[in-house]
Amino acid sequence: MDFAFLADVGERLLSGVPLTLELAGTSLGLGLVIALILAPMLHSGRPVLVWPIRGFVAAFRGTPLLVQIFLIYYGLGQFRPFFQEIGLWSVFRAPYWCAILALTLNTSAYATEIIRGGLQSVADGQIEAARACGMSRWLAYRRITLPIALRQALPSYGNEIILMIKGTSLASVITLAEVTGIAGQIISQTYRAIEVFACAGAIYLVMNFVVTRLVAWLEHRLSPHLRAAPDLVRSIPV
Amino acid sequence: MIEDATVDRLEGDADAGPAAVIVDDLHKSFGSGDVLKGVSLRAAQGQVVSILGSSGSGKSTLLRCLNLLETPSSGSITVGDESLRFTADRNGRLSRPDRRQVERLRRSAAMVFQSFNLWSHMTILENVIEAPIHVLKRPRRQCIAEAEALLAKVGLAERRNYYPAHLSGGQQQRAAIARALAMHPRVLLFDEPTSALDPELVGEVLRVIRGLAEEGRTMLVVTHEMAFAHDVSSRVVFLHDGRVEEEGLPGQVFGDPRSERLRQFLSRTRSGR
Amino acid sequence: MSSSGLVDLLGFGPGGWGAPLLKAALTTTALSIAGFFAGAVLGGLAASARLAGGPLSAAIAYGYSTLFRGVPDLLTIYLLYFGGSAGLTVVGQWFGAQGFVGLPAFATGVVALAVISGAYQAEVYRGAYLAVHRGELDAARAFGMSRSTMLRRIVVPQVLRYALPGLGNVWQLVLKDSALVSVIGLVELMRQAQVGAGSTREPFAFYCTAAVLYLMIALLTGALFRHAERRSLRGIRIV
Repeated sequence: MDFAFLADVGERLLSGVPLTLELAGTSLGLGLVIALILAPMLHSGRPVLVWPIRGFVAAFRGTPLLVQIFLIYYGLGQFRPFFQEIGLWSVFRAPYWCAILALTLNTSAYATEIIRGGLQSVADGQIEAARACGMSRWLAYRRITLPIALRQALPSYGNEIILMIKGTSLASVITLAEVTGIAGQIISQTYRAIEVFACAGAIYLVMNFVVTRLVAWLEHRLSPHLRAAPDLVRSIPV
Repeated sequence: MIEDATVDRLEGDADAGPAAVIVDDLHKSFGSGDVLKGVSLRAAQGQVVSILGSSGSGKSTLLRCLNLLETPSSGSITVGDESLRFTADRNGRLSRPDRRQVERLRRSAAMVFQSFNLWSHMTILENVIEAPIHVLKRPRRQCIAEAEALLAKVGLAERRNYYPAHLSGGQQQRAAIARALAMHPRVLLFDEPTSALDPELVGEVLRVIRGLAEEGRTMLVVTHEMAFAHDVSSRVVFLHDGRVEEEGLPGQVFGDPRSERLRQFLSRTRSGR
Repeated sequence: MSSSGLVDLLGFGPGGWGAPLLKAALTTTALSIAGFFAGAVLGGLAASARLAGGPLSAAIAYGYSTLFRGVPDLLTIYLLYFGGSAGLTVVGQWFGAQGFVGLPAFATGVVALAVISGAYQAEVYRGAYLAVHRGELDAARAFGMSRSTMLRRIVVPQVLRYALPGLGNVWQLVLKDSALVSVIGLVELMRQAQVGAGSTREPFAFYCTAAVLYLMIALLTGALFRHAERRSLRGIRIV
């Protein structure tokens, strides 16, 4: 057990964690916002909305993330003059922003499907009851449908968060030094793959564990209605 | 809901003829406690024995011990020619019966379950021929012919290519009975065969079981259907808290119960209608 | 780029990249199929270990499944390729070979996809087994079926039926992960697109084409899975 080596590797890998979290967090956040807009449109069933969104979701869920990253980083680089004209070239040549863009589009497609599934699973009776007591469509959506849908979608979305954290590893292929990128560098220099894998793997597993516990806590907080009844309040004399 | 006159049965004398099933001082404990605390019973060939009791009395466990879905802690079981004795060692570890003996025993005792337990990926015809082909190793053509006859007997001939999911509860249970009959068993074990059925479907299943009794089959029936037990049984056994509280002829057990608990049980179940 | 130029570029004439791309798509498909089936073996073993194995094998299976689902697939590929090559280089040196001996890329890709998809498939098979009604297994035992007969006639058919939707998802994952095998030099679809893009300086066209080809494979195989699912539900749901 070469502890010195492991310690050194560990330190170098940990320096990549901020970038990993930044990439994951930013893309998840932006992707969620997009999904919250697209999912209800998809759920509405109106063809003019449904078909383009379906196409978008199919394209980003049906193709490898690596292809999406290359398409944005190298592919859009082909149109350099155009971007220079509109002053966005500095954005589209930077690996960081290309990675964020690719990851965001990717997760937004998955998140749209997840939230749509949640919306679909809301029992009709709940919505009927809301409309029946005079709520407008928007109010019923905001107060009843969406909260229930998000609760149902939480387990799947928790899974998506973990998949996104793993997805950031592909940013290493366009030269970003997040954890997997650093690990790859060390491995190709020292060929001590098992030890580096163990360190990097441990880091990812810890991140996953934290995410899982956070999601479980959130699920717990949001679902008192699924648990046993609290003790009856002792009646207060009037 | 008293059905027509009592079936002409082999009279309930415990020693009437060769034994089909003998249970001797059977004990069974699960981690939390003792479920069977020394049950003995005997069913002669051709007899119908009904087993009654409230939930927790151990009646289902008793039946499941007979075909070794549960392993008894101690005691002995004889079904047909197979006899097994059980002992628990000092650590409470149960003796493991010989696998082949168990398989032989299970071939002579066929079970009909409360929740039917038909194999859902097969049609009912395939369900009926499955064990004869793969356990008894009988030729396929013969098994199919027999199966079709059995399904006709229980009134399901036209539905033999249906899957269980497409049938009502009563139809599924009748198919399960045909499946049990296909094994040509010495003894039929019924574990609350109608408890999971809607009330209007109970009758069709009881009719089939009654028909089997009339044919002279040896049957052990755990049931809540009092009228049925009264009309069809040769003997009735009342279990309470893991022991045989009372047993005897149906007329006697139902009409003049000696034990107080049995009296309470009968009044509860009668008034519950 | 003009549309006729595009057709020339991607077509099958001289200087056209159509043929190499299609060939690479075939490599991708073969790689994915091999990895998926090898993963089925691993996943099946891991699931049985968790369901019916002793505490040690169950723990190992749980560790395997958690590890390779939680760690980025790219990292797993690095482990297997560089780790394996390091080992092979050492062995090569015993036989007098000089320098670095790399593992064959296709085989390594298959192993990597097997290890990764096996971890997911283990969960799918385990969940599918737990979904089989206990009562049907009781009935199988009650009718005297031996364990192997029960496994063969009752358990496996039903586990496969319940597992199909999950397996369809894992397949799509394998298909997309196959693109990662390009980093160890295998000329599958991703790498071929990379080569073409670099050679012709038309990355946009090439990566779009690659995306379309991946999508087509995904849609076709997805339809196959849906067809299999419908067939398997034949007796179960009233469709």
